[in-house]
Amino acid sequence: MKSAVIVFPASNCDRDAAVALEQMTGKKPNMVWHQDSELPDVDLVVLPGGFSYGDYLRCGAMASQSAVMRAVKAHADRGGAVLGICNGFQVLTESHLLPGALMRNANLKFVCRPVSMTVEETQNAFTRKYANGQEVSFPVAHGDGNYYADEETLNRLEGEGRVVFRYAEGQNPNGSSRNIAGILSEKRNVLGLMPHPERVVDPLLGGTDGRGMFESLIETLS
Amino acid sequence: MTQITPELVAEHGLTEEEYGRIKRLLNREPSFVELGIFSVMWSEHCSYKSTRIHLRKLPTKAPWVLQGPGENAGVIDIGDGDACIFKMESHNHPSFIEPYQGAATGVGGIMRDVFTMGARPVAMMNALRFGEPSHPRTRHLVSGVVSGIGGYGNCMGVPTVGGEVNFHKSYNGNILVNAMCVGLARQDKIFLSAAKGAGNPVVYIGSKTGRDGIHGATMASAEFSEDSEEKRPTVQVGDPFTEKLLLEACLELMATDAIIAIQDMGAAGLTSSSAEMADKGGSGIELDLDKVPQREAQMTAYEMMLSESQERMLAVLKPGREAEAEKIFRKWELDFAVIGITTDTHRLVVKHKGEIVADMPVTALSDEAPLYDRPHARRAPATGTPAFDAARPITASLKRILAAPDMCSRRWVWEQYDYTVMADTVQIPGGDAAVVRVHNTNKGLAITTDVTPRYCKADPYEGAKQAVAEAWRNITAVGARPLAVTDNLNFGNPQKPEIMGEIVAGIDGIGDACRALDFPVIGGNCSLYNETNGEGILPTPAIGGVGLMTDVHRMATIGFKRAGHAIILIGDTKGHLGQSIYLREIEGREEGRCPPVDLAAEKRDGDFVRKLIEKGRVDTVHDVSDGGLLVAVAEMALAGDMGADIGVAGLPDAIPFFFGEDQGRYVLTASPEEADRIEGELRHAGIVHAIIGKTIAEKVLRVEREGEISLAALRTAHESWFPGYMAGEEIPPTN
Repeated sequence: MKSAVIVFPASNCDRDAAVALEQMTGKKPNMVWHQDSELPDVDLVVLPGGFSYGDYLRCGAMASQSAVMRAVKAHADRGGAVLGICNGFQVLTESHLLPGALMRNANLKFVCRPVSMTVEETQNAFTRKYANGQEVSFPVAHGDGNYYADEETLNRLEGEGRVVFRYAEGQNPNGSSRNIAGILSEKRNVLGLMPHPERVVDPLLGGTDGRGMFESLIETLS
Repeated sequence: MTQITPELVAEHGLTEEEYGRIKRLLNREPSFVELGIFSVMWSEHCSYKSTRIHLRKLPTKAPWVLQGPGENAGVIDIGDGDACIFKMESHNHPSFIEPYQGAATGVGGIMRDVFTMGARPVAMMNALRFGEPSHPRTRHLVSGVVSGIGGYGNCMGVPTVGGEVNFHKSYNGNILVNAMCVGLARQDKIFLSAAKGAGNPVVYIGSKTGRDGIHGATMASAEFSEDSEEKRPTVQVGDPFTEKLLLEACLELMATDAIIAIQDMGAAGLTSSSAEMADKGGSGIELDLDKVPQREAQMTAYEMMLSESQERMLAVLKPGREAEAEKIFRKWELDFAVIGITTDTHRLVVKHKGEIVADMPVTALSDEAPLYDRPHARRAPATGTPAFDAARPITASLKRILAAPDMCSRRWVWEQYDYTVMADTVQIPGGDAAVVRVHNTNKGLAITTDVTPRYCKADPYEGAKQAVAEAWRNITAVGARPLAVTDNLNFGNPQKPEIMGEIVAGIDGIGDACRALDFPVIGGNCSLYNETNGEGILPTPAIGGVGLMTDVHRMATIGFKRAGHAIILIGDTKGHLGQSIYLREIEGREEGRCPPVDLAAEKRDGDFVRKLIEKGRVDTVHDVSDGGLLVAVAEMALAGDMGADIGVAGLPDAIPFFFGEDQGRYVLTASPEEADRIEGELRHAGIVHAIIGKTIAEKVLRVEREGEISLAALRTAHESWFPGYMAGEEIPPTN
């Protein structure tokens, strides 16, 4: 599996994503600068966590307008896999590659903690190595992870099996509608989620629950 | 031309005598710009004029110290060509006036101190002191400071891995915000600030210069009064986005060999960076202010030289390398301008609109800055062994202590900091020391900040010693070898002999402890005049310590892990209740002698514990500090969600035994057979110790003859206070 990690100004989980990808695939990902208008030939594009452009406008809003995002959209339109983590998820909703929006956390505070989630869907490139209904723990670290969409959109997401990760009961860290932690695009090739799978691939760092996502991608895309 | 009047001199925080000294050094009256430059460079904050004479007594050398005090941060050798660069600095005064921005720019400033030396910041710590919880401003200040630290550090993508939060009424009008940054570099890629050589371009990089923060250093060198609110405009505004770009751009430039010297523009901005670089390089600097990138129109030379706008750096490049450097900064969309040149005149010359507005010898700002041996009076240390009510039930007291503002869980605070970004945090907040892995290796850096201000108030010398010993002990307790410290000396007005006495005794205590523990001071910061309306804070010499472990897989943590293991107490328990948390929280009194530290026993016992961890013989260790033995055991039980059966034969008095704060103690667990072997070795080494009980699967803390309490009850007490308080629950005044 060949991968690329997009680097926006003030992305700050780009290195973490690259380290996890290299550890899991044995290959260094391509690091792609936000001003580049073309992507290298890759199977997976990762939009990493961070504070792209300072997130001084709505989180992810500036990044969604960058040159590289046109190329990322084209990659997604061709059916290429795109994984947006944390700020990357925000960029995906701002780019309309995923529906809905990520608002300020309900308690208005940044939150960093491990959260339990259930894997709700395994019929996709990102989670096929997990068991349906499996409970996993990934850390969250964000101030704007409160997922919102109108009722019609939420019903559609649920109906089409596009809610991939759901916070366990009582674990919702940000007030997200229906405890949604991560969703798929209509074509199921774009995943956005607030928790950080790349921070849980090393047992020394509090768990290996994130490995399943990289293993799924390797199996699907290699 | 502005007329220099005695009133103007006084407004600049300069005494009549100091002004006379300026005139002698220049052989004339200073210009208005020069007066401004002298005022910041000779401020307490920049010149250390009250403390320099005493700071010289601190031990600063060891074979592993690559750079001691005097640069932007200290540097230690951590093997394999790697270097660790760190420093702690205060941002007290701005944080009291404007907590979010004050704390945020404190974080930004200390990060620049570290990355200006070529290091990538890998961990942040902080030491925070607030007024009593019932004070009407405290919630607002806690909320603002914590979100400011998080707001800046989280955006930078540097994990904030721990720190201290305390409450005391002496900080009601003057909170303390001390931030520490730890970075990593290769030893052959360390950058210093000496602007050596003449004819080299001086370049300005980062944000534009605005009118914010003018005279921040002078503000930080004066007491507060009722009208401090009016000083809000002197607080700088932080932009972590620009700082993140500046960090990446600087590291990219540092990968080339274009830089001769580089320094961040911190307190006193362009003035101190240019003067200090010229001073250290033995050169001169000529600046043309028309070339300085400016945020606002019509800025005067005075404003530009004194602005403390954030996220700016000054560098001296090798001639001819400007274009290469400029390309890097343009890529990161930052300002870049050649604003001057180094000279061989040993003078700082500032030009603006074709006129020379300042022209002064560099040494007048550094070596010739005032140096005071201020009168100091040592107050007699508090003495005595306080009385206590022996009938109070132990388990109820334990629960109350674990719920006290100074003792409860700080989860509400640290969950607002991204402590796992960079994917190397192997010990998260809540343990004895945070541990971050050295990227791509098995090595780990253990980091802690410590001081117990109530001990320092009772006895500034012993209290300062204790702060160093506790930092050393916390690093030891995770299994790391303590290497060096940075100190952040927070005190009141040094012109009062009793305060100066606290400062001198504190420095002596730090020096003696650091010498005995082979734990040199490689940098630091003094924050004086921490007073409001004449009321000083508790003396607070915060110590930031760093240690190294060679294998993070052999790290100890505090949580109980296996049931049926022996609980071993190492160190001598005399039952010292003077100045203890027990006395304050249960008996409602702050009195008595503070617990003394026996530095020889400290070293011997700590070295013993560390060896057990390094050999993989124990992995569960906690030092005994605030609250005493039973609090330490309860914290271990809560962290591991596993109970304990505690029983000690022949106890004369349970309360002092379980809640006394005798120093130099550790609690650890081992299998019964391993515990036997360890006991034999402890006896052989002549180290005082006892087996005080065993871990049990049941989630309860049981104390023989004294009763029991469930972990659930303790956890609720421990976790509830902070979120409840911040949500607005009523808190009765402490006294």
